[in-house]
Amino acid sequence: MLQGYDPNGFFDEMFATPTEVRRHYERFRNLFEQISPDEFDQRRAEVDLAFMRQGVTFNVYGDSQGAERIFPFDLIPRIIGAKEWEYLERGLIQRITALNLFLHDLYHDQRIVKDGVIPAYYILSARHFRREFVQVKIPKDIYIHICGTDLIRGGDGSWMVLEDNGRTPSGVSYVLENRQAMKRTFPQLFEETGVRPVDHYPQELLKTLQHIAPGGVVDPTVVLLTPGVYNSAYFEHTYLARQMGIQIVEGRDLLVRDARVFMRTTKGLQPVHVIYRRIDDDFLDPTVFRRDSVLGVPGLISAYRAGNVSLANSVGTGVADDKVMYYFVPKMIKYYLDQDPIIPNVPTYLASEESDRKYILENLSKLVVKAANESGGYGMLMGPKSSKEEIEIFRGKIEEDPRNYIAQPMISLSTHPTHVGDAKFEGRHVDLRPFILYGEKPVIVPGGLTRVALRKGSLVVNSSQGGGSKDTWVLFGDE
Amino acid sequence: MSTMLSRVANCLYWLARYIERADNTARIVDVNLQLLLESRRLDPAQLAAYWMPIVESTGDHEHFATLYPSPTGESVTEFLLFDQRNGNSLASSVSQARENARMVRDQVPAEMWEEINRLFLFFRSDKARELWESSPFDFLQQVRSSALTFVGISYASTPQNEGWNFIQVGKFLERADKTTRMLDIRHATLPKRGIPATVSQADALGWSAVLRSCSAWDAYKALHGSEVHPRLVAEYLLLSDEFPRSLKFCVDRLDASLRQISGVAPRRFSNDAERLSGRLLAELQYSKIEEIFDIGLHDYLDQVQLRLNQIGDALFKTYIFQPFVNLEDEILVQQEYQQQQ
Repeated sequence: MLQGYDPNGFFDEMFATPTEVRRHYERFRNLFEQISPDEFDQRRAEVDLAFMRQGVTFNVYGDSQGAERIFPFDLIPRIIGAKEWEYLERGLIQRITALNLFLHDLYHDQRIVKDGVIPAYYILSARHFRREFVQVKIPKDIYIHICGTDLIRGGDGSWMVLEDNGRTPSGVSYVLENRQAMKRTFPQLFEETGVRPVDHYPQELLKTLQHIAPGGVVDPTVVLLTPGVYNSAYFEHTYLARQMGIQIVEGRDLLVRDARVFMRTTKGLQPVHVIYRRIDDDFLDPTVFRRDSVLGVPGLISAYRAGNVSLANSVGTGVADDKVMYYFVPKMIKYYLDQDPIIPNVPTYLASEESDRKYILENLSKLVVKAANESGGYGMLMGPKSSKEEIEIFRGKIEEDPRNYIAQPMISLSTHPTHVGDAKFEGRHVDLRPFILYGEKPVIVPGGLTRVALRKGSLVVNSSQGGGSKDTWVLFGDE
Repeated sequence: MSTMLSRVANCLYWLARYIERADNTARIVDVNLQLLLESRRLDPAQLAAYWMPIVESTGDHEHFATLYPSPTGESVTEFLLFDQRNGNSLASSVSQARENARMVRDQVPAEMWEEINRLFLFFRSDKARELWESSPFDFLQQVRSSALTFVGISYASTPQNEGWNFIQVGKFLERADKTTRMLDIRHATLPKRGIPATVSQADALGWSAVLRSCSAWDAYKALHGSEVHPRLVAEYLLLSDEFPRSLKFCVDRLDASLRQISGVAPRRFSNDAERLSGRLLAELQYSKIEEIFDIGLHDYLDQVQLRLNQIGDALFKTYIFQPFVNLEDEILVQQEYQQQQ
């Protein structure tokens, strides 16, 4: 079915040339060729139906019907060889280590500012910098326990970090569900290819959470705090809670008394020690942050400051997601670890630096401009694909608030053979979001979420904007 | 898990109630549609007289009157099955069951969630109405099969822990209520008090529909042959020890599950829900059907429905309602605490 596939000049994950498959895809290709187009179509329909029935869905905001959609799943897996994965793993662990050192420094001595590596102005103007947490001791000094770093590959196939998601990254449930679906659908492919498993993620996550339990608590009660059923990632919250065997709670299930957190149960109030919160800082506690938040728990932050409850991720990690801070991550790696970054950043220009701004404004039609504190593909200008009017709107925005914008060259993400209907396959752009856990030691479940831009030519992989996903296979070997 | 969030207990309870409600609604429509097929052609007034008691039995007749000009087969079935404005319609019950299930999907077996989700997706698709229009009995059968699957899963692969007991309480409370309501449908054919001496052919047909609506027809016939008399029907549906939809049976199981939840021995109580259910059970255990007809069947059933509601309220106060604090008040409490520090 893959005959006649053309990478069209992009770096393709599977095909080095239209006729030559990369070594780590060969076994898969040989097995996949034995599947007939009819069989493929039938399997595909079965998988979609199973996802809908199981409710493996995300909610679409702004739809009055409360519509739930399945996150489109493409049956051709993305494959990564052992050596390549080992490289990525080293790079990601280096990065999370530096980020956690940075956050600890930032909320304590701020040496990196005093030593002039990052200008104070950028910290003070960072929207998610929580002054209230300066000098607050947090368990084991770990700020980011769960990180979902987005990786991409450029035209020459080299890997780059696109962004770090150090607040409440989502998507890991799809990693686990996609794998289940693939195993059910094509068991024979697994038997003969040698794919590293991913299903221990929930256990690793639970260990990471137990690791930060308040001192002296022998058998900590861990809960997952969700904004509720209308949150787009609610399926993921229930999925992870079930896999870890912990309670999933909403804000209204929790109560704080004497700076201790309790949950309301049928047997009265029971203490809670660790909260895996899937709610942003702003909504955690209406007595400290947004007063209009009905999702949070009044008093939670005082319990956290008192050391009676631990939060993952910690409060204030959003500052590391600021795209201006991203620019400084390679410098952080150098400063804290005295190493060069293993996986580089995408070249980035800061609009508030005068020479960079001049360059950005002169080259808007060639660059990608991003707001510093947006995510999910919002607040973005893709210069080469935008109209004059759109470009002028962004020019105005940048001139008005340069601190809030960065620019990067347009990277033509690598492509991957993807089903486009009628058992036909074309190249679609992909990225990769591995999930890094930072507990007693950093752990990365091999692979991650491969997102794919299903629209032809599109570079936007977000689920809210026409993205889909693939199972990601990390092989035991290199072929 | 030994800990059960109050909110989760509440969701499991309502999940079971809504599934049971959907099942009963499907059954009552099914039985009465079939019955009408066997009747000779009725004029509009007769049809209204036939359907109105069914709407009344749901307690939603006033709401019905504001939405539809008159009770015809079409308007009543629309109201009972598809009308989302009716919070107790089949469609609403399925949506509510699914909404509750979604909140606790990590606490129930995956196949239970999938079955409820499947039914919900069926209702949301065009297929539901197409099937209803082309083959109403197949449509209702689908709903009933789903409800049976739910009950089956709750017995076959759900651990009989606290959560399961909340499911049982919801199911038996709803079922007890529905049985009394179905039994009340033909009360207009009875004297206010006492047992009627004779029963007309048409009334007997009505009473057999009551039995069928409770899935009790075969069991009743095995016991009493084909003689259908309201005294026997009421006795069977209220006081049978062995029929799983009789009032006594439901209250017995409800009471047992309440005691499982608290661990309190029979004939003792630790909260109002147990006290009220224990008292009702004891009364049913020592009641005769003649006494019930002396009170008047309709008045008696009214009283029972009230008492079932009181059990539900007491349950809520005991397990669920550790007052969901008012957020503004709670913010003040926390600010005072923080200032003391």
